[in-house]
Amino acid sequence: MTDLTALTVGDVVAERTVHLTRDSLVRYAGASGDFNPIHYRDDVAASVGLPGVLAHGMLTMGFAVQPVVDWLGTDGVIADYQVRFTRPVVVDPADGADVTVIAKVGAVDDEGARVDLTVTFDGATVLGKAQVRVRAA
Amino acid sequence: MPVNPDLVGRTFPPTAPYLVGREKVREFARAVFATSPLNSEPEAARAAGYPDVVAPPTFPVVVQEATLQQLLAEPDAGIDFTRVVHGDQRFTYTRPVVAGDELTATLSVTSVKTLGGNAMVTSESEIVDADGRHVVTAISTLVVRADD
Repeated sequence: MTDLTALTVGDVVAERTVHLTRDSLVRYAGASGDFNPIHYRDDVAASVGLPGVLAHGMLTMGFAVQPVVDWLGTDGVIADYQVRFTRPVVVDPADGADVTVIAKVGAVDDEGARVDLTVTFDGATVLGKAQVRVRAA
Repeated sequence: MPVNPDLVGRTFPPTAPYLVGREKVREFARAVFATSPLNSEPEAARAAGYPDVVAPPTFPVVVQEATLQQLLAEPDAGIDFTRVVHGDQRFTYTRPVVAGDELTATLSVTSVKTLGGNAMVTSESEIVDADGRHVVTAISTLVVRADD
């Protein structure tokens, strides 16, 4: 049982590393309807000056919140979720990309809590101001 | 053509209703590495008080996308889609999206700013269910990069 009132600022509530492959990007393209070829074609990515095929920003936003969803279970709901896309995730055709999410309590109030996500790839954060407002269900 | 600052305050017609299917929710959930049974098992969702499987938090982007297409297609908008990158994204929820929802989205442009030659266009897509009740507002900032 997740008791939102018992949280302390700084608590790490969830942590997860997601291994992205090109398959992940194709799957997300199909599920979301975002078929921008920079997310699956090396030639197109190179032609617009990108360092490689990139993960969809919305894919990163989508999986980054999942550790919080799992932590909340049915005890809480997400009231608000925001991110800034600050750095691309380049997905190598053979090795993929490992993206790590750490979810930490940033603020607690009467209505619930703010959980801050630190999302890193290759030693640098890829999302800025990634914040999830949660409240009791 | 630069981004038209007069876009601010413009509201677009509501999109055609989007019927949220259970298999679409499962497909999207799998694509974002969701593992909660609420996203895939109707019994688990019903036990938690939902009428059917619950869509992951970022699923409303699928509905928002239709509104952004309206914005990009606006003849006087001046938004060159080949120069657009996604700057930020926010969702403010009244409740989660569930399978069976019939969602309609209405986009309004809330801000157009210019910074170092780049334009930042912020819009809000208000997403309501078949009864007209608010489900989620999707707020997106598109960055339109300056000409080379």
